Amino acid sequence: MSVNTNKLKKNAFRVTNKRGLTASRVRVPGGYLKAEYLGQLQEIADKYGNGLLHITSRQGFEIPGIRYEDMDKVNLLLEPIIEGLEINQDIPGTGYTAAGTRNISACIGNNVCPYANYNTAEAAKRMEKTIFPNDLHFKVAFTGCANDCIKARTQDFGIIGMTEPQYDKDRCVSCGACVKACTRKATGVLSEVNYKIERNPDKCIGCGECVLACPTGAWTRSKKKYYRLVIMGRTGKKNPRLAEDFLIWADEESIIKIVQNTYKFVENYIDRSAPGGKEHIGYIIDRVGFMEYKKWALDGVEFDDKAIVINNVYWGGVHYK
Amino acid sequence: MGYKISLDDMNLALEELSKDYMIYAPKVFEGEGKFSDTDLIRYGEVEGLEEIVFDEKSDYSFKEALTPISEVLFYFTEDEIKEADKPDRGALIFLRSCDLHSLKRLDEIYLNNGYEDYYYKRLRENTKFILMGCQKSFENCFCVSMGTNKIDSYDSYIKLEGDTVYIDNKCEDLDKVFRKADIQEVDVKPDFVEENDIKVSIPDNLSLDVMDAKMWEEYASRCIACGRCNFVCPTCTCFTMQDVYYTDNGKVGERRRVWASCHVDGYTDMAGGHSYRKDNGQRMRFKTLHKVYDYNKRFGYHMCTGCGRCDDICPEYISFSNCVNRLEDAMKEVE
Repeated sequence: MSVNTNKLKKNAFRVTNKRGLTASRVRVPGGYLKAEYLGQLQEIADKYGNGLLHITSRQGFEIPGIRYEDMDKVNLLLEPIIEGLEINQDIPGTGYTAAGTRNISACIGNNVCPYANYNTAEAAKRMEKTIFPNDLHFKVAFTGCANDCIKARTQDFGIIGMTEPQYDKDRCVSCGACVKACTRKATGVLSEVNYKIERNPDKCIGCGECVLACPTGAWTRSKKKYYRLVIMGRTGKKNPRLAEDFLIWADEESIIKIVQNTYKFVENYIDRSAPGGKEHIGYIIDRVGFMEYKKWALDGVEFDDKAIVINNVYWGGVHYK
Repeated sequence: MGYKISLDDMNLALEELSKDYMIYAPKVFEGEGKFSDTDLIRYGEVEGLEEIVFDEKSDYSFKEALTPISEVLFYFTEDEIKEADKPDRGALIFLRSCDLHSLKRLDEIYLNNGYEDYYYKRLRENTKFILMGCQKSFENCFCVSMGTNKIDSYDSYIKLEGDTVYIDNKCEDLDKVFRKADIQEVDVKPDFVEENDIKVSIPDNLSLDVMDAKMWEEYASRCIACGRCNFVCPTCTCFTMQDVYYTDNGKVGERRRVWASCHVDGYTDMAGGHSYRKDNGQRMRFKTLHKVYDYNKRFGYHMCTGCGRCDDICPEYISFSNCVNRLEDAMKEVE
């Protein structure tokens, strides 16, 4: 059997541990899909796979047990799913155009969750539209609040939703619910002065617990949405680590621009001799230094006054040595 | 007197009225719901009739226009006090039948319950009430059971239909303004609902014995004591006092009164540290019996007007109407 494994990997298939069998990875940006696509996935799994579906850790699906010679037929059947989920694609009917840049995942967001500060799924789709297809290995995830249910801090780019709490003292009844919520569940930045509330903006993480706790609507959310961008978290066999803060109170547009800039940075600095030609962004930054990365990342990015850019980012994590 | 005028003329009339009145009505506060990307409907000043939300129930009631959530009563220095100014204009308040019935409860407590409340009175006497009709019963409404679905003690009834405004006016001052427009006399009758999905019955034999019923225990674990039910209630009138010394000086300050809630911690705190109702189930019992027993015993009619806002807003899905409907069995249990 002759199979070009380089080609199939870039087509979102993979070499499996069963000779002659591959698996197809289906992207679901933001983790939301119409239930009707499950029927189509079932059809592929029953017809060309082994009747099983794996729910991937990045919120996609993997259809295992596909024979290499059936890849083209699977790609044809994937077409309505690819189109339906509005995935960028070079040539219709040929499956996914790349696989390096992983599915953009997201927590359930404000479609459902009371804590979410924005619609994470929609944000994930906008990011997907901007950066996919691309063969470079990037992991991006969106999470609604600092609870970080999607585990954005294990990604190259984690986007954590923030809101700037707005306080109308004339609606405040001094019930203390916000102070209690902030102290017990978040950073304890609220205090009562003369029966009204003062917020320490330097330590507020914009989680919105005060807004949720307030029974009179004295606390509301800012009209503008803000995000904390955490970068270069990773798992792996050398130095797994959590992503660290790069931007606080940033806007979506700037974050998208920074991710785009990072692709240019990686193109420029990647070590092509690395195994499989793959060197992961975080390790590239470790090698060339954060300051050099920052220069590339912030190129052409204009923040408003509120955004805080961390001057130098330091990571920790486990060193398997 | 019934007549109809165009929306444009109505808005001109509102513009003229706004010289003498702050016009309060339920309106959308975009993005101010507690969850992200959700709106809040509450009372605020409006400029045009189309800003007013006629087709949904407001999350909070009209009462904040008459009893501000946080109201400065006076300012004090070392040896003088100065009363806080009252608004330089009166108020026009748009509200539904149940809320207009609630006004009677507010008046009862603030004006007819021994002392007249000076601060309430000075807002109340310059306020006119515009009835909004209800073409359908909203979720959780039980006004029919409480007998508050109809009313005729309004200054004016206003209904917006497309670009036409129907008015049933009973107020001379308003008549003068409306008549400046091109009016056409027609018969206008307010829309009142005749039936609600939710029906409530308060047992005739209800007595304080019901305090010993088991049902209150359930609320001890369900109620989170946030007070939302009280704050949205158009008939809750409890307030507390706050004497505040300005931090820059310490010898001058202000006294204000602020809404209080019988569900929120601190409500029954006494000097010395005792608190009467620490248990949230007992707070639910206290509120429920106040709304459908104690008040009635004293004034001869029930306090609750069946607007159902407490049900609408409870984050723990505790239903007040459901609680009232459990009283009959609870009485059987304790008798």
